[in-house]
Amino acid sequence: MSEYILEMQNIVKEFPGVRALDDVNLRVKKGEIHALVGENGAGKSTLMKVLSGVYPTGTYQGQILIDGQIQSFNGIKESEASGVAVIYQELALVKFMNVAENIFLGNEVKDERGVINWHKTYAKARDLLSEVHLDIPPTTKIINMGIGAQQLTEIAKALSKDTQILVLDEPTAALNESESANLLGIIRKLKEKGVTCIYISHKLEEVLEIADSVTVLRDGHTIETRDATKEKITEDQIISMMVGRTLTQRFPRVEHKAGDTIMKVSNWTVPHPDIPGKNIIDNVSFEIKKGEILGLAGLMGAGRTELAMSLFGAFGTNISGEVLINDVKVHIANPEQAIQKGLGYVTEDRKSKGLVQGMNIIENSTLASHYRLSRGNIINKLEEILLTTKYVKQLHVKTTGLEQLVKNLSGGNQQKVILGKWLMTQPTVLILDEPTRGIDVGAKFEIYNIMNELVDQGVGIVMISSELPEVLGMSDRIIVMHEGKFTGELDSGEASQEKVMHLATGGR
Amino acid sequence: MDSLKKEQSLGEILRFQLKNNIRQYAMFFVLIGIWLILTIATGGVFIQGRNLTNLLLQSSFIAVLAVGMVLVIVAGHIDLSVGSIAGFIGAVAAILNVYLGWNTIFVVVVALALGIVIGLWQGYWIAYQGIPAFIVTLAGMTIFRGLLLAVGRGETIAPISESFAALGGGYLPRLFINVGERNGFHDLTAILVVLLIIAFIVMQLRTRQKRVEYGFSVLPINVEILKIVGGSLLIGVFFIPLMTYRGIPYSILILMSLVLFYTFLTNNTVFGRHVYALGGNKEAARLSGINIRRKTLMIFVSMGFLSAVSGLIFTARLKSATASAGNLFELDTIAATIIGGTSTLGGEGTVFGAIVGALLMSSITNGMQILDVPSEWQMVVRGLVLLLAVWYDVSMRKKQ
Repeated sequence: MSEYILEMQNIVKEFPGVRALDDVNLRVKKGEIHALVGENGAGKSTLMKVLSGVYPTGTYQGQILIDGQIQSFNGIKESEASGVAVIYQELALVKFMNVAENIFLGNEVKDERGVINWHKTYAKARDLLSEVHLDIPPTTKIINMGIGAQQLTEIAKALSKDTQILVLDEPTAALNESESANLLGIIRKLKEKGVTCIYISHKLEEVLEIADSVTVLRDGHTIETRDATKEKITEDQIISMMVGRTLTQRFPRVEHKAGDTIMKVSNWTVPHPDIPGKNIIDNVSFEIKKGEILGLAGLMGAGRTELAMSLFGAFGTNISGEVLINDVKVHIANPEQAIQKGLGYVTEDRKSKGLVQGMNIIENSTLASHYRLSRGNIINKLEEILLTTKYVKQLHVKTTGLEQLVKNLSGGNQQKVILGKWLMTQPTVLILDEPTRGIDVGAKFEIYNIMNELVDQGVGIVMISSELPEVLGMSDRIIVMHEGKFTGELDSGEASQEKVMHLATGGR
Repeated sequence: MDSLKKEQSLGEILRFQLKNNIRQYAMFFVLIGIWLILTIATGGVFIQGRNLTNLLLQSSFIAVLAVGMVLVIVAGHIDLSVGSIAGFIGAVAAILNVYLGWNTIFVVVVALALGIVIGLWQGYWIAYQGIPAFIVTLAGMTIFRGLLLAVGRGETIAPISESFAALGGGYLPRLFINVGERNGFHDLTAILVVLLIIAFIVMQLRTRQKRVEYGFSVLPINVEILKIVGGSLLIGVFFIPLMTYRGIPYSILILMSLVLFYTFLTNNTVFGRHVYALGGNKEAARLSGINIRRKTLMIFVSMGFLSAVSGLIFTARLKSATASAGNLFELDTIAATIIGGTSTLGGEGTVFGAIVGALLMSSITNGMQILDVPSEWQMVVRGLVLLLAVWYDVSMRKKQ
């Protein structure tokens, strides 16, 4: 029997006009955790779709061997029967069903008459949940669970199908640090039980922590596979393989000179929308100075997004506290007023809260600036084109034309369009919520440069980020949040991952 | 940006236009095709001025509703109550006119105001109480049908005054040349058409000049001329049937004004843009500072207003108000809007498309009437047309 449980040999997959995979080879040893890394568009997801039969045999060239046997999958059902399970970034759970129903969806536990045996279903689900260390009743509805628990449910579902090869696509993208740590622990446990895992992630720290082997893809080619059990691999090495160049500096750090205070928030308290008597934001006060980047760090659920949205007038009722912008007390009841008062908010959720997918670049760019581009409710369309052109150029949006629909742009370019939209409103303070989530290394670097330029122009930036290196690499000052409260403030000089993490978990 | 500055050839421009608007153009070509088939099948009767005028009149009250339904569906809502509201307002108008002897102008003003009030009522429940439009307007469908029966006591209210009836069946007068009521050349219509063409040309040239002022590229001058000539010819050809019969009916004049106004509203105003944005992504629209509730309310106010217009035209055309007036208008309206390329998911759709959709539906009905197809089979065919149109739309979307 072969040393490799999975071999994908010379895989070529073409789409009209693009060769997404060009002679890709992937060999995964039995029982290892094999990381697959690469920039967005490197071909990781395409490769996994080939493996899982989403792209059926015949639509690609090359061959797939599992345990040395040539496979030809015509759909997910067939790959699952051979022990392959893929868990995608966007989880595929039915929200209004409970955990047990989801685990056995399409694979129901039936008696000989074809009727579902619920006792057995729940008993089996309970066993699977304990295997993934998820301590909840199997009758819990998905809608009432956090993303971390949902992810574990997906894994339990995969285990229920006797999975030999588990593929996880960016499993920790939406998890906080402790949830991520928990997930990594469970993957290690599965490894001990003999489950092979292919782990796709942008978070290199995690990759290095967990992977036995690392394969790097770039532009549809296999660059290299390294064995981490035999040699030491560093983040910088992986990054240089991913982008084909050595990054001497991952963050274009510029020393900013902070000016006067432009926004001051005092005793800001927002009641929790669902839990009476609890505050989701509890009596926080802070200042933002002209020309600085204020990093807002914290774990998922700390209340950073809620703080930003409540200041922006888009979240919460019965808010107490005071906001001064340029020493003038302001009352912001809705986003419209926030924009007029000089606030901008770039959402963490580009797809569902940031872009109107069916609209073009012009229409998306000007959506928050119509008060400047219209007279008597009538839009000046030529002025619109002119202004959009300016920002498209300034932000280096790569596009075939201004009338291109934003849904056809890459993630990085979409993010730039959203940035352009908010720059157009000429904000005094711009809040960036996870500004580089889900975009590739090159585009990230461009976004950082844009942030630096903005700061030079005197804009105050608040950056919410879950990536510690990003917070540390870009912020002039860092405020750390934990359960709706500020637990500390650090200067860029004194901040370290350990210090931030300490504050983020509630330590003082 | 470079594409703005590049000199484009006529072929490129046409290809680009076709590629990007294929769904709309497709329905337009289907309409032309159906007209050709019906003309041949009816031995030429279909294409005669008399019949085409009739067809326009038949579709006018649905087309008026479809104009407003575009906004409703683009915003991600639906309105099932338009037929009942049109019927109810038509009955109120007839009562004021017939029983109370009110002057037509007052009747029209009160009817339109009533439409706006009903729009406010429904819009309030949808926008400010968060009840789905489907439910609110389903309730409205019964409420206003009930009110129609209550105020009209199930009777036919007739005869309405001549000036009121003119809204539905009247034509613009002839000015100088009088060659008999039903034949020949209608001079006022011709004058209006010439004015319309001049307005079209002036607007095209002004847009071109503005683009030059802003430093944008413009079409090569020969292509521009071709476009202007083509557009002018199209306008002219469209009006020939009207010009050679009895001229433009008042109801069509009202419809055309509404189409122009709503096209402008959707393309060039902040309100229009915001409606498309909130239909495309409500949360993104909200975070961009768009007041979603107020826009939603306005959409239903506009729908209420147009329901009143439709009710007035329908009552005027029948010269009476009946208990069944407006029955199933909502179905024809929604069908016309969807056939015209408005996405059932919201965020996409045009007023022009909805008019094409309305014309398509009534052309098929009209053709079948001329061909003496039994009415039960007409219903079957109309249902199938709707199904096919949406199927085509869905499959085009998949390809994209």
